[in-house]
Amino acid sequence: MILDRRLLFVTGKGGVGKTTVAAAVADLAAASGRRTLLVEMDAKGAVAAAFDAPALGFGPTEVQPNLFAMAMNTEDSLREYLKVVARIPLVGRIGPLARTFDFVADAAPGVKEILAIGKVCYEVRERHYDLVVVDAEASGHIVAQIDAPRAIRELVQVGMVRDQTEWMLAILGDPAVTGLVAVTTAEEMPVVETLELVGKVRSGTDVDVAALVANRVPARWFGEADDAVLDALLAQPVQQRLADAVGVKAAGGVTSVFRAADMARTRRGMAEAHLARLLDGLAAPVPLTVVPEVHARAGGRRVVSLVADVLREEWL
Amino acid sequence: MTRRLLDLLDTKEMVVVCGSGGTGKTTVAAALGVQAATRLGGRVLVLTVDPARRLADALGLAGALGNTPVRVDVPGAELWMAMLDTKAGWDELIRRHAPDPALRERVLANPLYRNITGRFVNSHDYIAMEQLHELHASGQYDLVIIDTPPSRNALDLLDAPGRMREFFGSALLKWLTVPYRSRLFNVATKPFNQIADRILGSRFLQDIAEFFVLFRTMEAGFVQRATEVERLLVDDRTTFVVVSTLDPAPAREARFLAEELRRRSMPLGAMVLNRTLPAEVRRPVAARAAVALRALDPGVVGEVAATAAVRPAAAAHVIDEVARRFGEVQSVATREAERRRELEVLAPLVAEAPLLAGDVHDLAGLRALGRRLTGGREAGGSR
Repeated sequence: MILDRRLLFVTGKGGVGKTTVAAAVADLAAASGRRTLLVEMDAKGAVAAAFDAPALGFGPTEVQPNLFAMAMNTEDSLREYLKVVARIPLVGRIGPLARTFDFVADAAPGVKEILAIGKVCYEVRERHYDLVVVDAEASGHIVAQIDAPRAIRELVQVGMVRDQTEWMLAILGDPAVTGLVAVTTAEEMPVVETLELVGKVRSGTDVDVAALVANRVPARWFGEADDAVLDALLAQPVQQRLADAVGVKAAGGVTSVFRAADMARTRRGMAEAHLARLLDGLAAPVPLTVVPEVHARAGGRRVVSLVADVLREEWL
Repeated sequence: MTRRLLDLLDTKEMVVVCGSGGTGKTTVAAALGVQAATRLGGRVLVLTVDPARRLADALGLAGALGNTPVRVDVPGAELWMAMLDTKAGWDELIRRHAPDPALRERVLANPLYRNITGRFVNSHDYIAMEQLHELHASGQYDLVIIDTPPSRNALDLLDAPGRMREFFGSALLKWLTVPYRSRLFNVATKPFNQIADRILGSRFLQDIAEFFVLFRTMEAGFVQRATEVERLLVDDRTTFVVVSTLDPAPAREARFLAEELRRRSMPLGAMVLNRTLPAEVRRPVAARAAVALRALDPGVVGEVAATAAVRPAAAAHVIDEVARRFGEVQSVATREAERRRELEVLAPLVAEAPLLAGDVHDLAGLRALGRRLTGGREAGGSR
């Protein structure tokens, strides 16, 4: 079962609802009794918004029972690394040094990424949690992020960072431990990008693609037999008959109601075609979970729990 | 509405199309390009970052798109398209600014070059702005429309030229290019260097230093260029078009972006609301119809079924489902209306394109979308 892994990266093209799905995965894991850490990589505050919680810091906050959330910060990660791993007793006066290091990390390839991914792998190795869920970088950057240990091993010849990459690679490359969840919508560009992403993750990293989630998929209103009935009802004489029947105050709206149904059906048809292309395009199959479009009145935690309900049916 | 989108395209030379990912930015940029080229004339270029494959194919551009513009076959118009290629863009910059061929080759051959240029100071964003400048300055186009990279944060794009310029004056670059030996003995940075050495290894730091020593020889050219690009963003001839759907997250980002543009004195010309529900579903008469349809007399349903030549039970079921679900559509439309009110006060011009029945993937689709956008508030049907 996917939640029995200990590290899940949730990624996807910008705008597909990656954070909502990551939050729902974490919510489901916590509700099923797993002590769970949700890590927001890009620190945009979307995870806090998903749980209607105040802004997150590097230190984890318990946003609901069993569910802890944190925002990644490479400077704090470096500080923790120096203290815990390198045992460099400079913690008190690291301020300006860390700032300089941040500059270097900005310029040097892979350094920021390794500090972020290193922290995530560290939490997995130390078994502080049953499951670590990462609201990862968008699909364009995810490979650079999860592949940082390998890039560093190739670029850095000696030094402590290089020594650290071995155990990270062992965690990332074990499909029993680590998996990637790719989130998409049933639209053209997200599907194309998801296929590219799966290809890149499979060819460029050792991380296993564990699941696909198609988010916000328009619902099917009724079965195929009823489609023919709707077509028949859309004919002008029938519409006229219905307009006559609803009375003069509502007559002008009948066509709008039926056109909305027709539009919903068309959107559903397009979505199904895009999902078929997604499944056809995969070189090796990956389980796909379809999350219907939700029409919740509220956002935030309400949407997270609705998505978690869908995942529960398929993932537990 | 006093001004229309077409007038905006007519009075500007550069249009920066921005907004959050998944809002149809690329398609909107292409549709505006088609409108400008066919209705205003002149040479129009659309610089895109990730065109939908099918869109590129349908325009006859499959596989041909790169930094070099290609002509799109639009009868009676001169429309060109190019696609941002970050790697090629960087190589071009190095070729332009390197003081001599030997140095140029050394930079291009440096193992860290690709890695570093791929990552620092929001390289992709800077190259996008740089290309916009380059194409505009070439004097070959009357209008350049750029579809911007899907930034994690749209502001990265606007700040990219400034950050590039600042990078050359930064302590970081100075520190990186001080000869490695003397760095070790500098009292101020000694503790840091010792840590960096232990963690990263001195070889890596030396590799980085060597690259930046080479890079610094191009300082004058880069700084001048970045300053020009930065100026372009506040130029009278430039305008910004923010694209958003009326979903909560893109709308929030659009609002934030509009406010930040104002703060930076960058001219927001228009807001494009894309894929909105058609206005007809918000009409009160439609809501009344949905209620009435659920309460139809069985005799009436029987007559309707006979007219439609379907079984009465099937007709009853479908009518009931259509009417019941209409409430969902309408509540989404109501929330969209609320967000529309919040957004439309932020821009001098608002254009709207209703949700289309199919993806836009050919010239006819682009024309239809463009007409909806540039024609002002045309009433939009669902198909």
